[in-house]
Amino acid sequence: MGPGMITGHGRIEGLVRVWLPVGFFLVVALFPFYWMAITSIKPNAELYNARLMPLLVRNPTLKHYVDLLTETSFLLWTWNTMLVAVVSTAISLVFGTMLAYPLARMRFAGAGLIAMTVAAIYLVPQPLLFLPLADVINRLDLGNTLTSVILTYPTMLVPFCAWLLLGYFKTVPKDLEEAARIDGASRLQTMRQIFLPLCTPGFISAGIFAFTLSQNEFLYALIFLTKSSVRTVPVGVIAELIRGDVFYWGQLMAGALLGSIPVALIYSFFVEHYVAGLTSGSVKG
Amino acid sequence: MAIRSEPLIATARLPRRAASVSGWLDRESVFSWLMMALPLLFLAAFVGYPLVYGVLLSLEDRPVAQPGHFVGLKNFIADYHDPIFWRVAINTFVYTGVATLLKMVGGLGLALAMNQHFRMKNLVRALLLLPFIVPTVLSTVAWMWMLDPAFSVVNRILIGLGMPRPGPSWLGNPVLAMVSIIVINTWRGLPFYGITLLAGLQTVPPELYEAATIDGAGGWHRFRYVTLPLLKPIILIVTLFSVIFTFADFQLVYVLTHGGPQNATHLFATYAFDIGMGAGQLGLGASIALTMLPALALLIAALTLYMRRQ
Repeated sequence: MGPGMITGHGRIEGLVRVWLPVGFFLVVALFPFYWMAITSIKPNAELYNARLMPLLVRNPTLKHYVDLLTETSFLLWTWNTMLVAVVSTAISLVFGTMLAYPLARMRFAGAGLIAMTVAAIYLVPQPLLFLPLADVINRLDLGNTLTSVILTYPTMLVPFCAWLLLGYFKTVPKDLEEAARIDGASRLQTMRQIFLPLCTPGFISAGIFAFTLSQNEFLYALIFLTKSSVRTVPVGVIAELIRGDVFYWGQLMAGALLGSIPVALIYSFFVEHYVAGLTSGSVKG
Repeated sequence: MAIRSEPLIATARLPRRAASVSGWLDRESVFSWLMMALPLLFLAAFVGYPLVYGVLLSLEDRPVAQPGHFVGLKNFIADYHDPIFWRVAINTFVYTGVATLLKMVGGLGLALAMNQHFRMKNLVRALLLLPFIVPTVLSTVAWMWMLDPAFSVVNRILIGLGMPRPGPSWLGNPVLAMVSIIVINTWRGLPFYGITLLAGLQTVPPELYEAATIDGAGGWHRFRYVTLPLLKPIILIVTLFSVIFTFADFQLVYVLTHGGPQNATHLFATYAFDIGMGAGQLGLGASIALTMLPALALLIAALTLYMRRQ
């Protein structure tokens, strides 16, 4: 079909070529979320009735949400998750900047080695560290405190932020910094007053990723936080909403959906930053 | 006089010394190391130390909350004679291999499908990334419910399409349980591949396709000889990333099957957790986790060197 032949037939063919595969990917990607949502508003009588068509809801109810918020510590877990994510993201952005700026701008012996080490640490997966870390946290007497995860999450987030920011810093032109140096500003002043304000997009990208990774973290939280009052959402949902062999699916799905909202919301505001960071080739898959 | 002159000299010297201190601080190497000192110390304490300590633990008989004693390679020998350990090793390689292949092929398909002109493309891209950004544990719980033995919506759809009742027991059958964790890992990781490869596709200059078309190349040949070679670096990086974190996966399996049925889905990470935390044998658990190290170290070294070259 040549370019000059846009007929009605060609248009339909074009639509099919786009939407058949894209539609397939969309349905597969989104169905679990649809299923979460619809389960969370179904009354139990519908949930556990195998004769009803399962894809629709007949008498929607908010009972599962009310039960979740009143009978479990879900709100407290949400607060804990937010607090931990925000604090560890902040720490990681600061530490990440402290590593990335010299690596991006200064010449010194060992720079290459440090850059490689930071990249390698970023790639060390948690399962290699969790057992010795569990013992370290025990010895520091930090079990069942949010401090335990605020200290350990940055082990993955700092190298990650440093790596992403390093890439970003290198794209910022040096002219302004050089001008400031000629005017007699110290290196610290140049960095803080001239350079860092230029890097907001980089910080937003790194910050969103760090926040998302903190919200997603499960292994350290599972090991270090065994009391309900200090749990994060993923651990709380797994440890307390799944009770023996009896599953409270309505509540579980309500919890899964509510627990996903903060990440989804932040993501929807900054989706372009997210994609930019993702495609810079420095994100865990 | 001498007494009074001293402060005079001191005040005269002070600016000079301050100038030399700030001059010293302004040297690139001094500034750099001072700036990096705190984060590097942090990483040494919470990554470097645990890594080394993990090696020591793996050489100890070490029940939880008790002092351990050195046993040499006894834990590794125990792993070697443990049939479950070998099952775990095979599981991990199958899981990593198949899931990576599916993500790579599916991700390429997704990227090609998205690399067309159509309306609402940005919205579609944002929606397609949702599985990747939602916390894994929470989406895995949804999958658990979708594969529930009694009320699986997947089975009810399959039955609706003509499959005999009661449909497959996804999490009860060893092979199907492995299929399930692979499918869910693919579901979550595929958008990452797809969107990253899409960004790569968009950097391919259109002139190359035009030139290939003029030379008589069809769709497949354009893909094979223009698209694929140009995408190779991105495919390599994405795949290495994905292999590292699939190989060391924990969350999905811990939540969905807990390694069952009959250890059919246990991976290194979940097995190390069960032995180290569940059974309380920290040393033995550490030895299982450490058996991942050679393969991981190789992958990490390859990726680090490759990213550095880029």
